[in-house]
Amino acid sequence: MEINMTFLGQMISFAILVWFTTKFIWPQLNGAIEERQKKVAEGLAAAERARAELKDADAKVATEIKQARLQATEIIDKAQQQANQLLDKARAEATAEINRLKAQAQDEIASMAQRAREQLREQVGALAVKGAEKIVQREIDPAAHKALLDQLAAEI
Amino acid sequence: MASEPQGGLTEYIQHHLNHLTVNFSADHFWFWNLRADSIVVSFVLGAAFCLWFWLFARKATSGVPSKGQALVELAIEFVDTQVKDTFHGDRRTVTPLALSIFMWVFLMNAMDLLPVDLAGWLVHTFAGDEVAHHTYFRMVPTADINTTVGLSVAVLFIVIGHGIKAKGGFGFGKELLTAPFHASNPIAKLILVIPNFLLNVVETLSKPVSLAMRLFGNMYGGELVFMLIAGLMVSWISFVPGVVFNTAWAIFHILIIALQAFIFMMLTIVYIATAREHH
Repeated sequence: MEINMTFLGQMISFAILVWFTTKFIWPQLNGAIEERQKKVAEGLAAAERARAELKDADAKVATEIKQARLQATEIIDKAQQQANQLLDKARAEATAEINRLKAQAQDEIASMAQRAREQLREQVGALAVKGAEKIVQREIDPAAHKALLDQLAAEI
Repeated sequence: MASEPQGGLTEYIQHHLNHLTVNFSADHFWFWNLRADSIVVSFVLGAAFCLWFWLFARKATSGVPSKGQALVELAIEFVDTQVKDTFHGDRRTVTPLALSIFMWVFLMNAMDLLPVDLAGWLVHTFAGDEVAHHTYFRMVPTADINTTVGLSVAVLFIVIGHGIKAKGGFGFGKELLTAPFHASNPIAKLILVIPNFLLNVVETLSKPVSLAMRLFGNMYGGELVFMLIAGLMVSWISFVPGVVFNTAWAIFHILIIALQAFIFMMLTIVYIATAREHH
């Protein structure tokens, strides 16, 4: 238990140690710790913000999808309507065309029948004249009886 | 050693309580004795602490810390939390002070866990019998009253410095003479100067004494117990209980090592905090 020069030596050592710690150890490490604390706090805040943003975005997406779906339904309805209209028009046109063609064909048939009837009438007239000629070759003067024969041909 | 003729446990312990002393003065006056073992061990430990923490402080990153940095930061944050709780002010010098005290005292105390005969054995092995015969070496600097008094007196200066800085030279002097007994009229004030001053001197001086004696007593006592237990191991009969006691005491001593370092640090902070208060 004697106090001697060692005491002074230890005091000086201690002073040096405290100086060194204050100057070279504490500021750097404490700076790093505080900076990290700030970073962590910022990170947490950013995460919170991101979560809120994500929630907003989700809501937006939901409304957007709803709208898109509505629009799609509308478009499909319209398209269907248009298709129906086109179909109706096409059907009407086709019917008209058919009717037109049918009328034309009937006309043609009628005119052809008429012509055939005319020809037949003429041939029958000629035939009748020829037959009559054979029968009454001598007795009938074609010039004198032409008016009668024409009348006959018209009657047939 | 127990087998030496005049030996026995008493001599063994007395042998181990001698310091490695050098004296540079011409007349070998006792005050100029220098306990080389305390100085060297404490210096090496202080330097080791500085180097260790400085290496991590140098490349300290605010990103993901390495395990080593995390350990160093753990120590720093532990000390800083204690300082924050007790001392409300600018911690830029107080926490480093507390950290140095805590780590240095802790490391010096921890030397108590090394075997008591390790130093002697090393000297014996590497320097030979002749040197070992008159070389003493005590491993625990805090079991030397010089170390603890050196620390606590330095702390006293720091505490007084904080007091003067917080109140100014005049305010500090005035408080020395007018507190803790206050009076309203000038004559009573004058009479109270003497008891106030005496009380303050006692109060101030009691701080380093209690700091130094507490740490010294704990470590010295711990070391003595280790030596007593080591005395058991001279005989094969008591060897096993010796090992058991030694282990048990070492485990218990870990608590004392950390606790005494913590107490020294805490009291320093408390002293600084009270020195900054106005009375």
